Amino acid sequence: MNTTESIAKARSRWRILAWIVPVAVLLLAAPFVIDPFQTLTLTYGLVAAIGALGFNLLLGYTGLLSFGHSAFFGTGAYTVAFLVKYLKIASMELFLAGSVLVSALISILFGFVCVRYTRIFFGILTLALSQVLWSLAFKFFWVTGGTDGLRVPTPTLLGAAPTDDKMEFLAHRYYYYVLAIFAICVALMWVIVHSPFGKALQAIRDNETRAEFIGIRIRRYRLIAFVISGIFTGVAGALWAPLNGLASPDILVWTFSGEIVFMTVLGGFRTFVGPIIGAIAFTYLKTYAVGFTVYWQLLLGTVLVVLVLALPTGIMGAVERVAAKLKKAR
Amino acid sequence: MNLLVTQALAKSFGDNRAVDRVDFSVRQGQVLALIGSNGAGKTTLVNLVSGLLPPDSGQIIFEDRDVTRQSSYERIRAGIARSFQIVNLFDHLSCADNVALAIFSRQGKTLKLTALASRDRAVWDEAHGVLHRFGLERAAAVLAGAISHGERKLLDVAVAYALKPKLLFLDEPTSGVSTREKAPIMDIVTAIVRAGGITVVIIEHDMDIVFRYSERIVVMHQGVILADGTPDQIRNNDAVTTTLIGTHPGGEPAVGSADNAGR
Repeated sequence: MNTTESIAKARSRWRILAWIVPVAVLLLAAPFVIDPFQTLTLTYGLVAAIGALGFNLLLGYTGLLSFGHSAFFGTGAYTVAFLVKYLKIASMELFLAGSVLVSALISILFGFVCVRYTRIFFGILTLALSQVLWSLAFKFFWVTGGTDGLRVPTPTLLGAAPTDDKMEFLAHRYYYYVLAIFAICVALMWVIVHSPFGKALQAIRDNETRAEFIGIRIRRYRLIAFVISGIFTGVAGALWAPLNGLASPDILVWTFSGEIVFMTVLGGFRTFVGPIIGAIAFTYLKTYAVGFTVYWQLLLGTVLVVLVLALPTGIMGAVERVAAKLKKAR
Repeated sequence: MNLLVTQALAKSFGDNRAVDRVDFSVRQGQVLALIGSNGAGKTTLVNLVSGLLPPDSGQIIFEDRDVTRQSSYERIRAGIARSFQIVNLFDHLSCADNVALAIFSRQGKTLKLTALASRDRAVWDEAHGVLHRFGLERAAAVLAGAISHGERKLLDVAVAYALKPKLLFLDEPTSGVSTREKAPIMDIVTAIVRAGGITVVIIEHDMDIVFRYSERIVVMHQGVILADGTPDQIRNNDAVTTTLIGTHPGGEPAVGSADNAGR
């Protein structure tokens, strides 16, 4: 490797650090600066970001648009609810372990069927399978609580019992817990997309035939990506359950899959951080729209249409464009 | 010694016999040109041998082993690589990434997902070495979708070359390239494969290129092999001149006589 390249690499490493450090400080300081309600919204945003990050491994890196990711989010949340109801478990670590296991199983099952297809066929299959899961949660009400869902109490974190004030617990200790898991997930995903495996996924995305002819067994790789994606989204669902206090069928409905798609596209699926930004922005947008008007869906829809028309490459795409322009001007 | 042999290999698309019981062989270390007019069955033959298409009947023998039933993956492992007529690259990845992926794949490292690809210095050094040999080093960090067409054709070959194949099929390595650029591309490609001892089958339409760079020429016409020989033998073959050279501006192909000559 020549020197200019190593200099460029060192420079990009510094640039990444220059972004991570201030963002980490802001996120760590947040509960002391903003009010608990805001922190709660941010927690929801971080949870959604983990899900979107998982989703984007398929869309942005493998080139597969899933319309069924609510299935994995729901699997994570319901796993927690079942562990509470049937095994009387209260430990968040066990919740996470359980949801990783169950969402892996479900995504292996779904993935086995879906990765044989691409494009619209893949999208429709994921949609159909997620609807099957939703109808199960909906119909088997004696197991799943039907439309009422299942209550999820505040869990113990690393063995420490939750404090009495639920709001205070969620906006502080639980926030930091989610933040830690978020950081782990971001780091893990970063390594995955920059590993030889991640490169192979991008090769499949760009050119399936050629990928096959350099010796990549594309179905196997797609399946692995599908399962990793499902697990990330499942973990998001597990973290969401105690936050929401309830696992209900609405997170299994296909419209919720649509929200995951939207967050990712809003943030920009061509970049690594796009889905994270998109998930947090979407969560804030939705929270404020709901508080602002009963016609929140109309408002949200309009905002999103305008955003997509104005920023076709998402928020991060627009940021990159502006940055490139500024660089040129200098 | 024959590296590749096909025996009565056949593939039809509906009523069209694209490859009609073809016995074809490639000797170790040869640079062979496969020529013929459009629709002669050249690309179909390559697709059958590389595993992109399953044959209707017949056998493919590579290094004395029957690979007819093997998947394209197994054939790549065995040492058969190919480039494509229409450039097939990973456009959103850099040129270095394109070559490095072939190396990662060859070394069986593409299932590694807990280590950063950029840390594998040996792979990147090799990738840069390959790019250097193909004169593409300057473009290493540029996206494959952003380089010129001629460079893309070279990169396409470089990716296949990085798999370290024993047998390399190049499907029209100079198609769509200006006449001025053709010879430099072929100079680079043939020098590299000769130095590497790689056996090459080139599909090409440009007769100047074919006669200049190949040691043996196989002429296909309507799914069958019409002629097989050295450039001189082919140049003086009447059947070939009437069918193939005759298709060049100024003459209609004499299909009937060619059919008789071929069978």
